[in-house]
Amino acid sequence: MATLEKTGLPAHPAKPYVPPIVGPGHTAGTVTDKIADVILRKNTPKWWLLGFAAAFSLLMVFLTAVTWLFVKGVGIWGVNWPIGWGFAIINFVWWIGIGHAGTLISAILLLFRQEWRTSINRFAEAMTLFAVACAGMFPVLHLGRPWLFYWLLPYPNTMTLWPQFRSPLIWDVFAVTTYATVSAMFWFVGLVPDLATMRDRAKNKAAKLLYGMGALGWRGSARHWHNYETAYLLLAGLSTPLVLSVHTVVSFDFSIGIVPGWHATIFPPYFVAGAIYAGFAMVLLLAIPLRVGFGWKDFITDRHLENMGKVMLGTGLIVFYGYIIELFFSWYSANTYETFMARNRVFGPYWAFWWALIFCNGFTPQLLWFRRIRTSPLWLFLISLVVSVGMWLERFVIVVTSLTRDFLPSSWGLYKGTIWDWATFFGTLGLFSTLFFLFIRILPAISIFEMRTMVPGGEAGDEITEVV
Amino acid sequence: MSSLRDPRPPIYGLMAEFPSADALIAAAHQVHEAGFQKVDAYTPFPIEAVSEALDLPRSKMPIIVLIGGLLGGLGGYMLQFWSQVIRYPMNIGGRPVHSWPAFIVPTFECTILGASLAAVVGMILINGLPLPYHPVFNVPRFALASRDRFFLVIEAIDPKFDPDATRSFLAGLNASEVSEVDH
Repeated sequence: MATLEKTGLPAHPAKPYVPPIVGPGHTAGTVTDKIADVILRKNTPKWWLLGFAAAFSLLMVFLTAVTWLFVKGVGIWGVNWPIGWGFAIINFVWWIGIGHAGTLISAILLLFRQEWRTSINRFAEAMTLFAVACAGMFPVLHLGRPWLFYWLLPYPNTMTLWPQFRSPLIWDVFAVTTYATVSAMFWFVGLVPDLATMRDRAKNKAAKLLYGMGALGWRGSARHWHNYETAYLLLAGLSTPLVLSVHTVVSFDFSIGIVPGWHATIFPPYFVAGAIYAGFAMVLLLAIPLRVGFGWKDFITDRHLENMGKVMLGTGLIVFYGYIIELFFSWYSANTYETFMARNRVFGPYWAFWWALIFCNGFTPQLLWFRRIRTSPLWLFLISLVVSVGMWLERFVIVVTSLTRDFLPSSWGLYKGTIWDWATFFGTLGLFSTLFFLFIRILPAISIFEMRTMVPGGEAGDEITEVV
Repeated sequence: MSSLRDPRPPIYGLMAEFPSADALIAAAHQVHEAGFQKVDAYTPFPIEAVSEALDLPRSKMPIIVLIGGLLGGLGGYMLQFWSQVIRYPMNIGGRPVHSWPAFIVPTFECTILGASLAAVVGMILINGLPLPYHPVFNVPRFALASRDRFFLVIEAIDPKFDPDATRSFLAGLNASEVSEVDH
């Protein structure tokens, strides 16, 4: 200590300034009003109507594409030998990856006591649910006979057949259905106290009744909160390994196979990082317009955006590392097929996809090193768009370049999606955004009761104001 | 006539309203020390100090979730063992039919599913929900319990309850308002 005093440096350097989670001047009451009133007001904002119209039109594209698929069969898609896995699996992995950020925010950041998550966890969880719904479309649609999808599940049947539990595809069924169920329950449990708030505030009789049914008669009793908090924490603890397992299992779909470029041990961690990376990009794409539209800059502050930018930078670096190490392993393995696959990826017929991928996911996120860019909503929005495209390209490169060039040149071929492939993909964007627009119009998109703890007078709020 | 048949006390209880969490916590301590049993607090967000002040028993949730997880995991493994080893064994190049490493993933997922279902369904049921009617909602100001107000209710069936004495006791705890709760 003495030497430190001699240097003239303060023994306890001042804490760095941390901007507050909630803008100044808010109380439990104002937070409640501000979040609930955007839903309970009579006239719907114009931006919502326009956005919903656009989203709904895209949803109609999806319905058209699916109807034609049911009429003609999967032949309308570009899949054929040797590329039996095309857009369906690319889009499935893309969507399910996006979903991961919601669970990461709601569960993992909760366990790590990252209180800033409170402003974004509700709509990020909704995003997870809708993304998983979009993801689920593809495996079911590509079955050829989608009405028999339940054959994937184990149930006693007259054919006395059972699913092959040694197959990663069945693991996938278990992982994804569990993930969808647990995410939906986690989301609903978080909503119950807020639905009670909506019930108590709604003037319209029908709204009061519907919110009241959802609230299950919640009355904020201390005994209830006591069990509620324990259950919520346990759910967070259960969701954490679950979310890591889901994309791990998705990566098993590839890495358990022996196709060059798929059979790699790095796949699980690299897939999980990619999922979180893509998911945060989507959260930013939703959060930035949402905070403008509803005037919620007090709740989704620049600090939130910056933190999300940091998560994107971190996971983006892991993903970039994955790309480099894939190339390294293909060289280090000294395996003819692996080496050829790597060269084919970089210089083969799909070279443009690979280089675009490196641009989107390798170089673009490096911009996030700059604080200026991390705190600029416009830059973050643009980077998130580029990253979303990049993550789609990543799955395209993994699926297509490996399948088009496997062991025997006699089974080589090329692949491209047809207009129906694209229509189905853009259609799910419509499904996703339609659901999201409906969600922000009828349910509180920010967790009200958790925000009440963030203001002065709340449990966490007092600590936070001290830090500030 | 109905009062003769109805064995319940004339009101459900007395409700005190507090403007802040600190006032409620202080009041909850005093109510607990005064020996009241049938007490509950109502807050717009979870406050650990209130559960402590009311000396609530430990939550049963952890054991329920543990049982749910064990049942899910065991059920998942048994399902695979029964279907792959007993009911529908497949001999693929003489590989063992009881290939347990391949069963780990579905077992894990079933564990999480069982535990999560137990957590959610257990929490709802243990809290006595869904409940379409509860007397506390008869107090008009109780609607603010889901906004920014804090309430404490002493039920009339409490052995120490006395309409007048309890009312003045609650009023002395810095309550901003004390009201009767009808059944």
